[in-house]
Amino acid sequence: MRLHPNPAKADTGPEGAPASDAGFLSETVLDIRALTRRFGSFTAVDSLTLSVASGEVFGLLGTNGAGKTTTIKMLVTLLPPTSGDASVAGFSITTQAVGVRRSIGYVPQAVSVDGSLTGFENLLIFAKLYDLPGPQQKPRILEALEFMGLSQEANRLVGQYSGGMVRRLEIALSTLHRPRVLFLDEPTVGLDPIARDTVWKHLVDLGKEYGTTLFLTTHYLEEAESHCGRIAIMHQGKIAATGTCAELENSLGGHHSLTEVFVHYAGSVADSGGNFRDVGVEREGEMRHG
Amino acid sequence: MDDQKPVPESSGGIAKAIAENPVAGFVYKTFVIAEFEIRKLRHDFTELITRALQPALWLLIFGQVFAKSGMMHTGNVPYMDFLVPGILAQSVLFVAIFYGINVIWERDLGIVQKFLVSPTPRSALVLGKGFSAGIRTLSQAIVVYLLALLLGVKLDWGPLALFNVLAIVILAATLFSTFSLVVACIVKTRERFMGVGQVLTMPLFFASSAIYPTDIMPKWLQILSHLNPLTYVVDALRASMLAGGTSVFGLGTDYAVLLATTVVLVLVGAVMYPRLAT
Repeated sequence: MRLHPNPAKADTGPEGAPASDAGFLSETVLDIRALTRRFGSFTAVDSLTLSVASGEVFGLLGTNGAGKTTTIKMLVTLLPPTSGDASVAGFSITTQAVGVRRSIGYVPQAVSVDGSLTGFENLLIFAKLYDLPGPQQKPRILEALEFMGLSQEANRLVGQYSGGMVRRLEIALSTLHRPRVLFLDEPTVGLDPIARDTVWKHLVDLGKEYGTTLFLTTHYLEEAESHCGRIAIMHQGKIAATGTCAELENSLGGHHSLTEVFVHYAGSVADSGGNFRDVGVEREGEMRHG
Repeated sequence: MDDQKPVPESSGGIAKAIAENPVAGFVYKTFVIAEFEIRKLRHDFTELITRALQPALWLLIFGQVFAKSGMMHTGNVPYMDFLVPGILAQSVLFVAIFYGINVIWERDLGIVQKFLVSPTPRSALVLGKGFSAGIRTLSQAIVVYLLALLLGVKLDWGPLALFNVLAIVILAATLFSTFSLVVACIVKTRERFMGVGQVLTMPLFFASSAIYPTDIMPKWLQILSHLNPLTYVVDALRASMLAGGTSVFGLGTDYAVLLATTVVLVLVGAVMYPRLAT
């Protein structure tokens, strides 16, 4: 069963956005068409079709091994699809990878900044890799750090940061070049509740301030419920259901909690997937703040 | 106002030129990746100091013993003079060959993934890493020169000779670290890499002219040593470092072999490197 809600929900759009951005909001920024990835005989992502409008906060939910990370890896051009295609900010992931790379930010699940450099240095390297002109580099980096609440920590070695600070630095680093779409794989995994809230506050602000579309995976249903405009539940490589949280909660006849809906679509809770490396990455994430 | 909108591509003079000119972009990005590595060294250079120990041990212990024994027949060049360029080549090899472990480390974190989703040519990512290994090994060159002075080896201090040593050391480190990166892309785990690294280092070292002349080798090993890039590194260093040093193959041949091998390895690395993220 699939739902077809209006993608441009008013509550997900940036409030008080400039009038010129009005048309921009309903524009499709991510269009996934029959995207498929097989590993040998195993189909990790099975003919996935989905579209996301500019400015949305879209959550991809599912158990371990449902194909969420594989989907994101294909969308950010790290993994070529077996078949199908997707257009990200108007660029095809199969034929215009460089165009896609210039238009997106990606925050992987594992730590993606270098602990032996300062926060500023990490950002400086990526400002250069994204071809920011010299005079713009420093102001842009300082702005990104301030936006993520890290101004005080700019010149400290990242190795001394807390888990939440590392995550915010990763988000600053991934948005230096003002991407149209920011992909986040489990952005709050392994963070304590306070750090999770702070990360979310900054993510929501990012959408409001810059109109950045957020496409993220998460295990935390309550986070999806409070922050995602729309969600999709993935199961065995397929989309089992999409819609706003409210729509999904009413989709089974009568009102159900999001957890009940999730279990209905994603199979038994005990059913677990993922491999040793995934677990390692995740546990390592959990140690971030330890 | 324009700044407030999400602009995927920055518009600006230099950046635009770089984005539009693939060659300029490639060179610039290579240096950015090297800068990333060098900044790490600036924060923690203990690595450079501990690494300086190895050439010292080889020259002061191994070298002294063999020079005294008179077992090595190196023509009219004293054995110690013969050994110094060989040990420089060897320490460059030893630093560079384990370089791939960093890439595996960066893969286990998400740093490789971050580099790969940036609009950076894959070949620039690979060459930049290799080039930074070259910068790292310059400290080895300084240590070997100091030891050589201490041991009374007659060195060529001409600017051209010094430039050649610099260029050969950087080129050699780039070559072997890129080879290491290719190996890392194949084995993908630290444990396997350590095993393979050991297996590769010793044959490269012993099947070269680093610590003995090739003409005392059996025929089969001589042939093998001619296929070994380290032999050409040693040859070029002997010609450039020593006062009155001569090259067996000719400096031009040495450069040609090392450059061609590096280019091939960088191209192979550029294909292999993205596989780390899958």
